[in-house]
Amino acid sequence: MKFFLNLSYRYKIPLWGSFLIIISVLTVSASFIANAYNQVEKDLAVDSEKLGHSLKSSLFSAMLQDDIWRTFEIITEASQRASSSMVLVENILVVDNEQRVVASTQPREAPMLTEMNELGPELGEIAKQIVQMRDEKSETIYLHNSKHYYSLTSISRDNASLGTLVIVHSKEVFLPLFIKNARNGLLVGAIILAILLPFNWFWGQRMALPLVQLAARMAQLGKKWPEDLDPDLYEYRDELGLLFEAYNQLLNDLKTKEALEMQIVQSDRLAALGQLAAGIAHEINNPLSGMLTAIDTLKCHSDTSPLTQKTIALIERGLTQIKDTVAALLVEAKIKSRDLLPQDIEDVLTLISPMSGKKALHIAWHNSLADEIALPATFVRQILINLLMNAIKAAAQQGEVACDIGLKEGHLHISVRNDGKMLEPEQIAHLFEPFCTFSEGGHGLGLWVTYQIVNQLGGTISVKKEASEHMNFTVKIPLGDRL
Amino acid sequence: MKIYSKLIVVCWMLLVTGAALAEPQPLRLGITSATARGQYALLEEWRVYLQNKLDQPVEFIFRDSYLDNMDLMKQKKLDFTWISSPAYIENMQQTSLLVTPLYRGKPYDRAYLIVPSSDRSTGSLLNLKGKVFAYVDPDSGTGYLEPRYRLRLAGSDPDQFFKKTFFTRDHQKVVAAVAIGLADAGSMSGFTWDTLSLSRPDITDQTRIVAKSAEYGFPPIIARNNLEKHDFSKMQRILIDMKDDPDGVKLLTRLNIDGFALSDKKLYRSMQLMMRRVGDL
Repeated sequence: MKFFLNLSYRYKIPLWGSFLIIISVLTVSASFIANAYNQVEKDLAVDSEKLGHSLKSSLFSAMLQDDIWRTFEIITEASQRASSSMVLVENILVVDNEQRVVASTQPREAPMLTEMNELGPELGEIAKQIVQMRDEKSETIYLHNSKHYYSLTSISRDNASLGTLVIVHSKEVFLPLFIKNARNGLLVGAIILAILLPFNWFWGQRMALPLVQLAARMAQLGKKWPEDLDPDLYEYRDELGLLFEAYNQLLNDLKTKEALEMQIVQSDRLAALGQLAAGIAHEINNPLSGMLTAIDTLKCHSDTSPLTQKTIALIERGLTQIKDTVAALLVEAKIKSRDLLPQDIEDVLTLISPMSGKKALHIAWHNSLADEIALPATFVRQILINLLMNAIKAAAQQGEVACDIGLKEGHLHISVRNDGKMLEPEQIAHLFEPFCTFSEGGHGLGLWVTYQIVNQLGGTISVKKEASEHMNFTVKIPLGDRL
Repeated sequence: MKIYSKLIVVCWMLLVTGAALAEPQPLRLGITSATARGQYALLEEWRVYLQNKLDQPVEFIFRDSYLDNMDLMKQKKLDFTWISSPAYIENMQQTSLLVTPLYRGKPYDRAYLIVPSSDRSTGSLLNLKGKVFAYVDPDSGTGYLEPRYRLRLAGSDPDQFFKKTFFTRDHQKVVAAVAIGLADAGSMSGFTWDTLSLSRPDITDQTRIVAKSAEYGFPPIIARNNLEKHDFSKMQRILIDMKDDPDGVKLLTRLNIDGFALSDKKLYRSMQLMMRRVGDL
C-alpha cells in the first residue's frame, strides 16, 4: 500500500481512476448479471409451470382411464419437445396421490409404482413438498445443493386430484442461459472500459504532468535555479493553474531577491574598496607631495653628479607614476564642472573615431539629447569615453558598437553595446573592481573609475548579456540641480 | 330408326341410374392402431390401389381399438375391418371372414414374450410374477389372450399375477415399452416384431424374445354379414389377386406379408378354445 501511495501522481492518478472505473463497471455488470440470474430462474419457473399446465388436462383423462401407456406417451413427447426449447427437461414423473410413480420418462431409474421416497433423498424431499402443496396449482422448487429444480403441477380437475406431475429440470441449463444473458452485461462493461480507460489514462497523465514538473522544479530550488516551466503546459485558471502562477511568482521573487543581494554585496565591496583606495591615496599623497617637492629642490642644485641626477630623475619618474596611479584610484567627482551640452557627447564620438576606424567598426550612434542638462560634463564625458573605449577594444574586427544616450524619467541613460566576446558571470562579478582587466594592455582602472564616478553621481551601472549576443553596459544617472 | 330407339333406351337408363353412377357408395375398411403400425403413407397407397382396382371409392377408417371398429361395423359404418382374431371370434355371428393375410406363406402368426435385452434371467412367463407387464389390447390374441391363457394353464390368476399391467394399443409400442423399461415384459405379435426388426433393428435389439407361442390364425379381414354379396366378392378377389399383380406385390412386400388368402373358421379354432379356457367367451 505504501508503495502505491509513494508512486508518482503520473501513475497514481490514472491508476486510481482506472481502479474506480473498473470497480464501477464491475459493480454495474455484477448487478446486471445477478439480475440476469434471477431472470433466468424466473423464466425457467414460468416455462416449466406452463409446460405442467399444458400437460395437466390430457394427463388427467389418461390417468382417469388408468391408461399408463398414454400417460407415458404424453410425458415422453412433452420431454422431447421441451428439451429442444430453453427448458432442459431431465425427467418427468407422474405420481399418484400416494406419491408412487405412475409413469416416468426414465422408467429404469423410476420404475412404475415405486414410492418417491425410494428414489433418493431429493425426490423424497419433493414428496414432502407435494403433500404440503395440496391446494396449490403448481410450484417450482429449488432445492439447496441440488443439480436439479423441480416443477410440480397437481393433476386435477374440479378439485379432484389424481396425482402430481413432477418435471425434473437440470440446472445445467442455467449456466448457458446465464452466460448468454450475462454476456450482454459484460460486453457493455467491456465497451465502457475500452472507452473510459484510455481516456482516463490520458486525462490522468495530463493532470499529473504539470504537477510532476512543478514538483521536480520545487525540489531543485535552493540548489540551482530550475528551468523555466513551459507556459503551454497548463493554461487553465483552476487551482493547478493558480499554483503554477504562484510558483512563477515565487521564482521571480527569489531571483529578484538574489540579484538584489548580489548587487548589495557588490556595491558594498566596491564602496569599501573605494574608501580604502581613497584613504590610502590621501595617506600617500601627503608624503608624495613632499617627496616630489624635495626632488624638485634637489634637481635645482647644479653640483650634483651625473649619477645623482640620473638617480633623481629615476626617483622622480617613479614618484610621478605613483602620483598618477593614486590619482587614478582617487576618483573625485565632486569637482565643479560645467553642465553637459549635447555637443559634449558629439565630441566624444569625434574623439573615439580614430580608434574605431582602426578596427573598421560600425558605430551605431544615437544621441537624443537636445538641450543642456544638469550633470557635470567632464565626468559624463569620461564615463562615455571609458565605456566606448572598452567596447571598441572588446568588439570584433569590423564589428559593431552601439551607443544610445537619452533622457528617461529624470535620468540620463547611457547604453553601450558591443558584439565582442561575451563575459563570463564570474568576470562580471568582479568587473568594477580596480586592476581588474580582461584585455592585454589595460591597467584595469577604467571601469573602476567609471563605477566610482557613476556612484558618486548617485547613479547605477549595470552590465548584462543581451539575447542577441551583445554585452550591454547601461548607466543611469539622476539629473542634478541646474547650476 | 332402330338406332334412335336404342339411344332413347340408353338415355333413359342413364337418367334413372345417373345419380347412382355418378356417386357410387364408397367401400369402407376399418383399420386399428394395431394393424396400422404407423405406416399411414403405405396404407394410403394401398387404399388408392384398391380404389383403382375396384373402380370404386375406398375409405380407410382409423380407430384406436378393435372394439371401436366392431361398434362401427355393427352400425354399418364399416364394410370391412382388419381385426384381431379374438375380436372376430367374439363377433363370428355377425361377420364373415373375407381374407387372411399370409405371412411367410402361411396364414399364421404367433405370440412373442419379450423382455428388455438387459434382462438375462427371465426364462419363461412364470418368472415374471409381481412385474409390470405390457399388453397390446384386450381384444388382441397374441398381445393379451395368449399370455393370460398360459398363466391360466399354470394355475395362476392373470389379474393377480402381475404387479401392474397396461395396454399400449399397438404391438410396436409393446416393443418400445419393454425396450425403455416402462414394462418388465410384454406379449405381442411375432409378425410385428419380425417386421419391426427389419426396419428398426435398433429398437428390437433392446428386447429379447423369451418365448414364441404356437401358431394361431393371422388376424383376418372380415366383412359385415349384411354387405352386398357383390362388394364382398369383388373386394375378396382383388385382395387375393394382389400377389399376382406387380403393383400389389410391391405393396405386399412393404406390408411384409406374402398376400391374402381365402380364409376358414378352422384357422381360429385354437384361439376360440383359448378364449373359452380363459373365460373371455
